[in-house]
Amino acid sequence: MRLRTSIVAGAVALVLTGCGTPGDGTADGGVTGTVTVFAAASLTATFDRIGRDFEAAHPGSTVMFNFAGSSALATQITEGAPADVFASAAPRHLAAVATADGTPAVFVRNQLVIAVAAGNPEGVRSLSDLTRPGLKVALCAEQVPCGSAASRALDAAGVALTPVTLEADVRGALAKVRLGEVDAALVYRTDTRSTAPDVTAVEFPESAQAVNDYPIAVLADAPNPTAAHAFVAHVRSAQSRAVLAEAGFQAP
Amino acid sequence: MTLIAHPVRRSAGSRRPRGARRRGGGVPVALLLPALLGLAFLTLPLIGLLARTPWSTLPQRLAEPGVLAALRLSLLTATLATLLCLLLGVPLAWLLARVEFPGRRLVRALVTVPLVLPPVVGGVALLLVFGRRGLIGGWLDQTFGITLPFTTTGVVFAEAFVAMPFLVIAVEGALRGADRRYEEAAATLGAGRWTTFTHVTVPLVGPGLAAGAVLCWARALGEFGATITFAGNFPGRTQTMPLAVYLALETDVEAAIVLSLILLVVSVVILAGLRDRWISAP
Repeated sequence: MRLRTSIVAGAVALVLTGCGTPGDGTADGGVTGTVTVFAAASLTATFDRIGRDFEAAHPGSTVMFNFAGSSALATQITEGAPADVFASAAPRHLAAVATADGTPAVFVRNQLVIAVAAGNPEGVRSLSDLTRPGLKVALCAEQVPCGSAASRALDAAGVALTPVTLEADVRGALAKVRLGEVDAALVYRTDTRSTAPDVTAVEFPESAQAVNDYPIAVLADAPNPTAAHAFVAHVRSAQSRAVLAEAGFQAP
Repeated sequence: MTLIAHPVRRSAGSRRPRGARRRGGGVPVALLLPALLGLAFLTLPLIGLLARTPWSTLPQRLAEPGVLAALRLSLLTATLATLLCLLLGVPLAWLLARVEFPGRRLVRALVTVPLVLPPVVGGVALLLVFGRRGLIGGWLDQTFGITLPFTTTGVVFAEAFVAMPFLVIAVEGALRGADRRYEEAAATLGAGRWTTFTHVTVPLVGPGLAAGAVLCWARALGEFGATITFAGNFPGRTQTMPLAVYLALETDVEAAIVLSLILLVVSVVILAGLRDRWISAP
């Protein structure tokens, strides 16, 4: 489990406002204390930034992140990990946990692209180019969101392709492109943005058939529900939407 | 004379004179209590797994084709990795224990690098050496057309890289603890270093060697990070049981538990079988 937190900023804020316990209802309509956010690994960079913005907007609050694969996060929450908010890369993982209120809201979407080495030396232009003999392709395994999206896109394009590996997550697929072990991989557009100069993204029309919805919700057992709701509202604000769009996410 | 006075191995029964146990008193609580706590700490997670096992669906899960393929691949690659480790690791352990050379301490520290390195990083390091663009891999590919990543051989490489330190450290410890007078006696009787090694040293450190090989095999069997990074994941070719378990965990926790249990039972049965046959035999 990886915890990311702006401890220094949080500590300074706590000292300045003199309050640290969740829900003691002082500053800012009760938004104070620590809000623990479990978020899909693909949200790491954007949520770090969104978390800092939230802390700046709500002095006295600290955002703690746990970034991992959505299914691992769902398991941790089901097994009793203390979390306030869950932002998942696929609706089914959020459906597996108990949320506080009604239907979780989809806040962003992510689409697949073909990731190739910088400058696209193999001249990949479409999904069918990936079946070229001698071309090594990495896909995600069917069990993870990027893998099921990939197989939907390949089905839509009517392309049958034999990858050399079925990676356990999108980072693994991308790492093999960056190291030059495979010539192409189907990954999310946001992943190619974050590795920009090393990897070139090739857009393809069939990716519209395999869009991934990212829902977010406050959890039923949230230790700090007030701050949790404020954080979800902050993620859906115009300011955060700009951060997410800049990283390559699409609006729902 | 010492050869007769110090038998190499004695059976457990003859080790202690009769009645020694009674005279020594019971097991001290200061040892028993932490020992039992240690045992509980190691076995409770296993009990947790057993408690969550869906016993009713066990036969169907076992019959799924991917499961047996992954199990077979795991057993095959772990065994080949152990053989590779024995072939390279025992001479390395001997070198570290018996030959004085400058930088020996550094070499000894280097041997433990794969233990400290997170396995995923180990896998990346293997790619940088044996990958398509790697230091050696590029040459192998161009000269012989051999590629290691995404192959079963790649799985063996990844497992051997991570598991070899266990063998080297165990065997080196056994060599350093062994009575060197046997080797000296063999040398006085005219045996060369190779003959001494094969006829005296190896039998002398037999139990240490066996323990090291078992550790090595078990570590190779459970290997995940270096394997998926270096060899990737493809059913029947590079998907070992730990990889299958990890992916099953994405969709179906119960399936993952069943797969783990199968791996566990098979390895325990094999290790217990080996122990009876070779390790504790007089």
